[in-house]
Amino acid sequence: MGNLVWIFVSALLINNFVLSYFLGLCSFFGVTTKIDTAIRLGAANTFVMIITALCVYALNTWILPYAPYLQMICFIVVIASAVQFVEMVIKKTSPALFKALGIYLPLITTNCAILAIALFTTNKGYGLVEGLVYAIGAGLGITLAYVLLAGIREESRLANIPKLIQGTAINMIIAGILSMAFMGFAGLFSSH
Amino acid sequence: MEENKNIEINTPDTGIPEEKVPSSFRLIFTLGIAGFLAGLIMAGAYIYTKPMIDANKAAAIERAIYKVLPNCVSFKLLEFKEGKLTSINPKENKKAAKGEVPRLVYMGYDKSDRVVGFAILGSEIGFADVITIMVGYDANKKTIIGYEVLECKETPGLGDKIFKDPNFRKNFTALLTEPDILFAKKGEKHKDNEVEAITGATISSKAVIRLLNNSMKEWKEPINNFIKADENKINEIKK
Amino acid sequence: MSQDNTSRAMEEFSKGLWKENQIFVTILGMCPSLAVTNSVINGLAMGVATTVVLILSNLLISLFRNVIPNQVRITAFIIIIATLVQVIDFLLAALFPSIHKELGAFIALIVVNCIILGRAEAFAAKNPPWLSVLDGTGMGIGFTFALVVIGVIREILGNGSLFNISLFGPKFEPWVIMILPPGGFITLGFLLLGFSWYAQRKIKKSQQKEK
Repeated sequence: MGNLVWIFVSALLINNFVLSYFLGLCSFFGVTTKIDTAIRLGAANTFVMIITALCVYALNTWILPYAPYLQMICFIVVIASAVQFVEMVIKKTSPALFKALGIYLPLITTNCAILAIALFTTNKGYGLVEGLVYAIGAGLGITLAYVLLAGIREESRLANIPKLIQGTAINMIIAGILSMAFMGFAGLFSSH
Repeated sequence: MEENKNIEINTPDTGIPEEKVPSSFRLIFTLGIAGFLAGLIMAGAYIYTKPMIDANKAAAIERAIYKVLPNCVSFKLLEFKEGKLTSINPKENKKAAKGEVPRLVYMGYDKSDRVVGFAILGSEIGFADVITIMVGYDANKKTIIGYEVLECKETPGLGDKIFKDPNFRKNFTALLTEPDILFAKKGEKHKDNEVEAITGATISSKAVIRLLNNSMKEWKEPINNFIKADENKINEIKK
Repeated sequence: MSQDNTSRAMEEFSKGLWKENQIFVTILGMCPSLAVTNSVINGLAMGVATTVVLILSNLLISLFRNVIPNQVRITAFIIIIATLVQVIDFLLAALFPSIHKELGAFIALIVVNCIILGRAEAFAAKNPPWLSVLDGTGMGIGFTFALVVIGVIREILGNGSLFNISLFGPKFEPWVIMILPPGGFITLGFLLLGFSWYAQRKIKKSQQKEK
C-alpha cells in the first residue's frame, strides 16, 4: 500500500513528467495559454495514459515476453489506437467537448509523455495496479503542471514584460522556476 | 503474426477519406509489407544484439560482485524458494523468471574455494527516486564487507555522496549488522554497527541504512540456514 | 544546372545548422532531449543517436515516398521511425552499455521527437533521397550542436567539469541546480533570450544603415 502511495506521489510531484523529465513540453508551451484548455488537455492526456497503461500491461503479459523486439511498434500502435478511441468516444458522447479539444486530441499521439508511461512502467516492472496508479499520478501531474503554467501565463499577459524576453524564453524560465519549486517535494517520503 | 494484428488496428486510424482514395486493399497491403519488413529488421537486430546485451548485463553484475566481495574470484547463484536457499543454474533461472520475480543472492568463493561472503541486492526509496545497492555480507562475522551503488538518482553534490564520498563508503568495509545497523551523525561513530552519515544528505544516508537493515532482515536467516545445512552435509560426508 | 544543384544542396544542408536550427529557432524536439543534457557526453550521445535516426528515416521515407499511399503515410512513417529507433536502441545496449544506461528510456523516446516526424512530413515526403539525406544531416548536426551547447553550459556550471574532466579544481563550489531539471529550462530560456537579443540588434543595425 505504501508502495502504491509512493508511486502515485512520485509521478505526481517528485518526478513530475513535465517539470523533471521534460516530457510533454510541446503541448506545455504550445497550447497552455488558458487554464481552461490546460485542464481539458490534461484530462484527455490522463485518460489516454490510463488506457495506455492497461494495454501495456496486456502487451507485457501476453505478447512482449515472446517477441521483445516488437516493443516499440506495439506501444506506438496502442497509443495511436487509444487516442483514436478516445476521440471517437468524445465525439459520440460530448460533441461540445470534442469541438473544444479540437486539435489537442491528435496532438496527444505525439505527446512523449504517453510513450514514456508505456516505457517507464515496462522498465520499472510495474504490474497492473502499480501501472494504473503510476499512469493516474503522471496524468494528474501533467495536468497540474499545465494548469500552473497556464495560470502564470494568463497573469503575465497583463504584466509589462520586456519585448526581448517575450514568448518561449520567458516561458522556459517560468518553467525552470516551477521545476525548482517542485524539487522541494523530493524527500517527501523518506524523512520518517 | 503480430505485424498483421497491428495493421488491422492501424488502418482505420489514418484512413481519413480524401480525394481519389486508393483501394483499401492497397492501403492494407502497403502497411502489411511495411509492418512485415519492420518486424523482420527488428527481429534480426534483436537476434544479432541479444547475446552482447546479455553479456553486458552479466558483466555488470559480475563486476559489482567482485567489488563488494574482496578476494572473490568466482560465484554461485542462489535462489530463495520454498523457505530455503538452493543453488541454481543461471540459464535455467531465466525460464522460471516469467511469473514471479525470483529472490536471488550470489555466493562468492576465493581462490581456495572457500566462501568469502554473499552479495545481496536491495532497493529502497531515497530522496528523489529508488536507490539500488549491492552489499557484500560475511555470514561468519555478521558484517558487511563491501558496498556498491548500482542505481541512484540522488541530488548531485549531496545525495550522490552515498557512492562518491570515500568517507561514507569506508563505513561499509567492516560494518557489524547486529543487532541492527544504526545511524550516527558525522564524527559520532563509536560502535561497529553504526554508519557515519553524510552531512547535508541525512535522508539519503538514512535510506541506505534502511535498505541494509531490510536486506539483512530478509536474508540473514536463509543464509544462516543454508550455511548450517551445508556444514551438516560436509560433516556427513566426512563421517 | 549542376551549379544550381550544388547550391541547392548546400542550402538544404546548411539551413538546419543555424537558420532553422530545430531547438533554438523552431523550438522543436526538446521534450525527450533536454532531460539528458546534464552533461556534454549525454547530450552528444543523444544528438548523434537522433541524427542517425533522422538521416536514415529521411532516406527511407524519401525512397518510398511514391509507393506509400497518402492516406496511410503517417502510419507508415511511424513504423519506419519506430523500427530505426528500436534497432539503434539494441545496438547502443550491445555496444555502449554505459551510455545506454545513462540515457535509459530516453533513447526509445526518440520515436516521438517531433523533429523526426516533422522532417519526414515537411521534407522527405516531397523531395528526392539525396536532398533528404542532406536535410536530415544538417538538421541532425544543428540539433546535436544545440544539445552540446546546453550540455556544456550545464556541466561547467553545475559540475565544474567538461567531458567529466574537472576544470576548476576542488575549490569550485558547483552550482548544482544547473545539472538538475530546472537548470535545463533556465539554460535554454537564457539561450533563447540571447538569440532574440542578437536578432533584434541585427534588425536595428540594418535599419540604421538604411537611414
